[in-house]
Amino acid sequence: MSTAKSSVKPSEEIENVVIRLAGDSGDGMQLTGNQFTAVSALAGNDLATLPDFPAEIRAPAGTMAGVSAFQVQISSEDISHPGDKADVLVAMNPAALRSELSKVHSDATVIINTDEFGERELEKAGYESDPLDDDTLDGYYVIDVPMTSLTVTAVKELGAKRRDAERSKNFFALGLLCWMYSRNPDDVKDWIDERFASDDLIRRSNATAFDVGHAFGETTEQIPITHVVESADHPPGTYRNVNGNTALAWGMIAATQLSGLQSFLGSYPITPATDILHELSKHPAAAVRTFQAEDEIAAVTSAIGAAFAGDLAWTTTSGPGMALKGEAMGLAVSLELPLVIVNIQRGGPSTGLPTKTEQSDLFQAMYGRHGESPLPVIAARRPADCFECAIEAAQVALRYRTPVILLSDGYLGNSSEPWRIPDVADLPDLSVEFASELNHENADGSMAFWPYLRDEATLARPWAIPGTPGLEHRIGGIEKQDGTGDISYDSVNHQLMTDLRAEKIQRVADDLPPPEYTGDLDADVLLVGWGSTWGTIASAVERLRKEGILVAHLHLRYINPLPKEVGEILRSHRSVIVPELNMGQLSKMLRAEFLVDAQSLNKVSGLPFTVGEVEEAVRKVVHGDEGESE
Amino acid sequence: MTTTETTTTAVDIATTKRADWQSDQEVRWCPGCGDYSILSALQFALPDMGIRREDTVVVGGIGCAARLPYYMNTYGIHGIHGRAPAIATGVALANPDLSVFVVGGDGDLLSIGGNHLLHALRRNINMTILLINNRIYGLTKGQYSPTSEQGKVTKSSPRGSEDSPLLPLSIALGADATFVARTHDMDRQHMMEVFKRAHAHPGAAFVEVLQNCNVFNNHAYESITAKANREGMIIPLRQGEPIRFGPDDSFGVVLDPRHGAVVMNTADVSEDELLVHNEARDHPSVAFALSRLSPNMDEPTPMGVFRAVDRPVYGSKPVETEPPGRQLISDLLHSGTTWDVD
Repeated sequence: MSTAKSSVKPSEEIENVVIRLAGDSGDGMQLTGNQFTAVSALAGNDLATLPDFPAEIRAPAGTMAGVSAFQVQISSEDISHPGDKADVLVAMNPAALRSELSKVHSDATVIINTDEFGERELEKAGYESDPLDDDTLDGYYVIDVPMTSLTVTAVKELGAKRRDAERSKNFFALGLLCWMYSRNPDDVKDWIDERFASDDLIRRSNATAFDVGHAFGETTEQIPITHVVESADHPPGTYRNVNGNTALAWGMIAATQLSGLQSFLGSYPITPATDILHELSKHPAAAVRTFQAEDEIAAVTSAIGAAFAGDLAWTTTSGPGMALKGEAMGLAVSLELPLVIVNIQRGGPSTGLPTKTEQSDLFQAMYGRHGESPLPVIAARRPADCFECAIEAAQVALRYRTPVILLSDGYLGNSSEPWRIPDVADLPDLSVEFASELNHENADGSMAFWPYLRDEATLARPWAIPGTPGLEHRIGGIEKQDGTGDISYDSVNHQLMTDLRAEKIQRVADDLPPPEYTGDLDADVLLVGWGSTWGTIASAVERLRKEGILVAHLHLRYINPLPKEVGEILRSHRSVIVPELNMGQLSKMLRAEFLVDAQSLNKVSGLPFTVGEVEEAVRKVVHGDEGESE
Repeated sequence: MTTTETTTTAVDIATTKRADWQSDQEVRWCPGCGDYSILSALQFALPDMGIRREDTVVVGGIGCAARLPYYMNTYGIHGIHGRAPAIATGVALANPDLSVFVVGGDGDLLSIGGNHLLHALRRNINMTILLINNRIYGLTKGQYSPTSEQGKVTKSSPRGSEDSPLLPLSIALGADATFVARTHDMDRQHMMEVFKRAHAHPGAAFVEVLQNCNVFNNHAYESITAKANREGMIIPLRQGEPIRFGPDDSFGVVLDPRHGAVVMNTADVSEDELLVHNEARDHPSVAFALSRLSPNMDEPTPMGVFRAVDRPVYGSKPVETEPPGRQLISDLLHSGTTWDVD
């Protein structure tokens, strides 16, 4: 290889690029993608990622079912979504090419690991002829790279067996990408040293493969130019990269510390929520006890028990698990104890699409319990927001002594973005006061403890924990007498308690700031979203407004209770469009609550909306159906 | 937290009486129900357990017996069907200083809640579980339960139930429970002794209490527990002693390689062939063999402590709590790779 060319290749500045990596689920695409993301974050870019992988740990190698993909958009501008179609595809085998080609632009750069395009591999992917020879790739800029053989040749010299050497090929791809986008190789090498410190051969193999990939970029005639994505204009501060599930776990730790309580997490492993349990299990010194329960029901009921005993209690799960918790959530509503139920939503019903994202548990969160059992529902809108949402959910639970549902989803949970680390001094104080004194004077002048005597402002009941002398009391799922908490089957009392429980949740709205309402507030068209669609909708609004189309955007962080301003905002726009990754759950709620003609834009393909899909829906309303020519 | 003498009433450990443990709630079991004597035995035994009311939590699931928490002047939760062991697990882990009791019936703890029972026992969570076994669903008015005898005719099994019954003690021993005992509702003294032993045991203590449901399954254990029948039908388990029972100790238990524990006439076996009861045997197999005696509750039935062994208590390694504070949050958020933007 000649080194003479390396320094003379020109470089071009670009605003942003969307890169999609695809390979077998054993090829390490998620690791490669995450590491490219990390070095891009260090380079100061704004970014958003979309991991897209199958539920099988190892589907048959080389098949379409086994393709694991990772998409990242890096930008010198503020971005909030991972990009619609990719500008660059790295295809590690024929199945990856076949499965992912539709997800890239028709003139995209396609980097192909040609070593894997033998007859057997083509057949496994379902190709009848070789896409490298036929017209499949017409119009694309194709870069042929014998990644496997180049990696093996270099790594075998270190003493690695051929099979092991092959496994480093994802680092070749990472090296090549880092060269193409002018990423600092030292950032990757440092990380390789740390990550693989325990196995020297693997560490050196991966580092070598990375170098070879980087050098290949420098020398190949196929890539005449490198690209530079300048750092984004972020506000000053200390930044880090974070994904939604980690941010959520850290929010739980923060809430623990801010409350001064010990936390208890009852959880049962379930995709895509398990990483929260993993993360919290790493930090026993943070006053969080994790309990891996025997099932979802034990996970939530143990948390209820811990809450009764004075812990800040949590349970984390995904849709099918929350269904199992339904009866216990009803108990928590009746006991009026603080508890946060976290649902990292995934495709349903039943096992559904465990690794794919969806927002279809909104109705379950709102109504998925027996009887009249309202509770607050909060939804996170971007990965870093999961941190704040966990703190907020705890705050509401503690202040109102109620279970709270916090909704995130598989997309938020797994995707990452740069996050300006908040100043901890700005975080709220969550300290609580346990009951310590008798609170009711009987007719004869003696004092008693009434566990259901409510705070006038919040309607919260006192939290008297075991160990407190004199406040011994019994609570349960049978309807309780207002005040005394004794068992009561009285019909008037049941109506009163039902009304009180509902009113208590409505009062949460007293504390809420106005919802985020942006764009052209006098526009005819209003987009209403909740949860992880925020970034896509915000981007669509931005693009449409640049085109001169007037549109407003209302984002709902609290779905129950809704902020008080929502009705008035909805009624002030002629058209209301509600993009949701479900079949229209929020739109039905808004229609029922406010009698407005909220039109729903649905998608349940396991993937987030593209910005284009949301734009298109607005254009249809603005221009009528003729406007589709765009 | 602050408490003052004037507003709250702490009861001295040494001086509690049964009445201190009784709540002001009217007890609402059917007249003649065996649960009354179990409740009073527990309340009579508690003053001897050396604990305070405020440090005591009683958790029930759903069913007649599971209502017991309402009648105790302690902290208590009446939960949902089957889940009492899981709720109690959370209580026990949140505050290891508490004395936690679980009370449930055979349906609550062996049917809908069977899973939680197994896991509370195998983890050895610090709690005392009283399984009140009346071999019937009482609160739903008389269907066969997981401990009902095969062929039992009830409203939901008019042609006799097909189900084979579970033996609660065998289940507990199968889950490697560290304390396993049986008592019955006709003998307050025996109940009190067993309850005190169970409470004193570190970890999960499992007690089966044979209880008569006089409305839906009357006389279920009469052939064993009625005063006149006890001598010949109850096999008392006494630590360190050969297992003998009956008039003039005319019967004993021996281990048979093919049939497990068997009852023999002592005239037919030599003294050293009799099984010497040792509740501290590490291996649960002998206790298991004893638990298989009288599988239909119509033969001589062992009573007392089957097993009491030491094993680490789950959660006894406390969560390390650093001084709570914002510095911990800040350190966490700044851990790993960060970069500064000026």
